[in-house]
Amino acid sequence: MTPLRYARAADASDAVLQAGTGARYLGGGTNLVDLMRETIERPEALVDVSGLAVGIEETANAGLMIGAGTRNTAIAAHPLVRQRYPILSRAILAGASAQIRNMATAGGNLLQRTRCAYFYDESGSRCNKRHVGQGCDALEGFNRNHAILGASDACIAVHPSDMAVALASLDAVVHTRTSKGERQIPLADLHRLPGDRPDIETVLDQGELITAIELPPALRRSTYRKVRDRSSYAFALVSVAGAITVEDGHIRDVRLALGGVAHRPWRARRAEDVLRGGPVGQVAFATAADAELSQARALRHNGFKIELARRTLVAVLEELTGDPA
Amino acid sequence: MSILVNGAPAELPFDPRVSLLDFLRDRLHLHGTKKGCDQGACGACTVLADGERILSCLALAVQYDGRSIVTIEGVGSATDLHSLQQAFIEHDGFQCGYCTPGQICSAIGMADELQRGVPSHVTDDLDAPTMPFSAEEVRERMSGNLCRCGAHNGIIDAIAATFAPSPMPETEAAQ
Repeated sequence: MTPLRYARAADASDAVLQAGTGARYLGGGTNLVDLMRETIERPEALVDVSGLAVGIEETANAGLMIGAGTRNTAIAAHPLVRQRYPILSRAILAGASAQIRNMATAGGNLLQRTRCAYFYDESGSRCNKRHVGQGCDALEGFNRNHAILGASDACIAVHPSDMAVALASLDAVVHTRTSKGERQIPLADLHRLPGDRPDIETVLDQGELITAIELPPALRRSTYRKVRDRSSYAFALVSVAGAITVEDGHIRDVRLALGGVAHRPWRARRAEDVLRGGPVGQVAFATAADAELSQARALRHNGFKIELARRTLVAVLEELTGDPA
Repeated sequence: MSILVNGAPAELPFDPRVSLLDFLRDRLHLHGTKKGCDQGACGACTVLADGERILSCLALAVQYDGRSIVTIEGVGSATDLHSLQQAFIEHDGFQCGYCTPGQICSAIGMADELQRGVPSHVTDDLDAPTMPFSAEEVRERMSGNLCRCGAHNGIIDAIAATFAPSPMPETEAAQ
C-alpha cells in the first residue's frame, strides 16, 4: 500500500470539503482496502464516510430513502425493505458473505470495481482500466466471466454488484453532493459503458459523494434470481432482477435488469418494451428475451451466458406471473 | 485514538495503512486471529466488532477507533473454553485448526444474527419474525468461512449443538 492520509468526515459537507484531488471516499473498505493493498488504487488520502448517513427512512411518496452509509446487512434486514422491496433484500443476500455484508455500505456497493482477474493482475497483465491505452489481456484471455452486452474493444469487464441490479430494476435514484451543491441521478444512469475510457466507470465528478439512494414505490411482484458457479459466496454469471404488475392477464408495468453481463447493471429496456401492455405468456416472454439478447456478443469463452441470460429472463417472468406462492 | 480489544484499551497505529488484522497480530501480539488470503475470500481473519462479525483483513485499524473488538482470545481460553470451542472438539470441527478461530468468531456472530431475525439467501419467508435454525441456513450463513481440511460437517454439527434451540434434522447433533 502506498502512503496516505486518513481523516474521518464529520458530515457530508465536511466530507466534500476534505475530498480534494487525489482523495478517495472510504466506506466499509471491503473493496477499496483490497485494491490499495494490490496497489491498483493509490489514493493520497482517504476520507472516511462510513459513519455518515446511516439509516433508512420513509419518503413522503411512499418510497424509502436509504442513507449511503447504511450497511448491506442492515438494508437487507430492514422490515420495510423486506415487506415492500423483497427484491432488494434478496439481491443483497445473494452477494458476498455475511462478514462482508456487515461491513459494506450502500454507497460503496455501488462504486465497487470489477473483479476481472486481469484488472487485478497489476504486475502481469495489460488493462485499459488501470492504464488507458495499454491494451486488454482479457480480450484474448480466459473471458468466461466477461461481458456479453455493451462491451468495447478496450474493456469487457462486468460490474460485480447484485444490489445495483435490483436497484436498477426499482428505478432507484442516487442522491449526491459536491462542494457546488446536490443532484439526483437515476441509478440506471450512474454507471458508464466502457467505450474507449473504461477507467471512467461512473458519471460522478471528482469529489462527488453519494449521500443516499431513494426508492420509489415498488411494483406488485418482484424477484431476483442469480446463477453462479457455486451456491453461495460467488459472483454472478448471470442474474436477473424483475418486477411486474399484471392486470386482467396483461402486463401493466414491468422492469427488468441483468447482472453479470455488462460494465454496468443492464436495464433490459428492449425486453420491457416488448412486454409492456401485452399479454402474459411464454411467447411474449421468449420474444422479449430474444429482443434484449439480440444485441449480445460472445467472446471465446462466454457464449454460454447469452443462452443463460435468455433462459433466466424467461424463468423470472414465469415466476413473477405464476400463481402467488 | 483508542480501541477496545477483548475489553482492554489499546492505542491505534499512527499509520492508517495498518489493517485491523495486522494490528491485532503484529502490534498486540494476539496471534489467534489468522491471516489466510488477506483479501476477503477465506474468513480466517473473522473477528467481532461491537458483536458483529467482520473481516479484519479488509478493515483499516483506524476505522475502528472507539469500537470494541473481540478476538478468539476474548472468546475463551485453554482452561476456560467457550461452549462452542468445546463443541468443535467433540464434533471434529477441525483438523489443522487454521480456520478455526475465524469459524468460531463467525459462528458466534451468526447465532446473534439468527437471534435478531436477520434473513439469509436461503430464507423462504422474508416476513417471518424468527429465522429457522436449519442445516441449510447454517451452511449458507457460514459460507464466508472456508475450511480446506473439509471439516464443514463437523463445524455445522458443533454450531448446532451449541446454538440450535432444538435438535436440527440432517445432522449428527440430531441423532
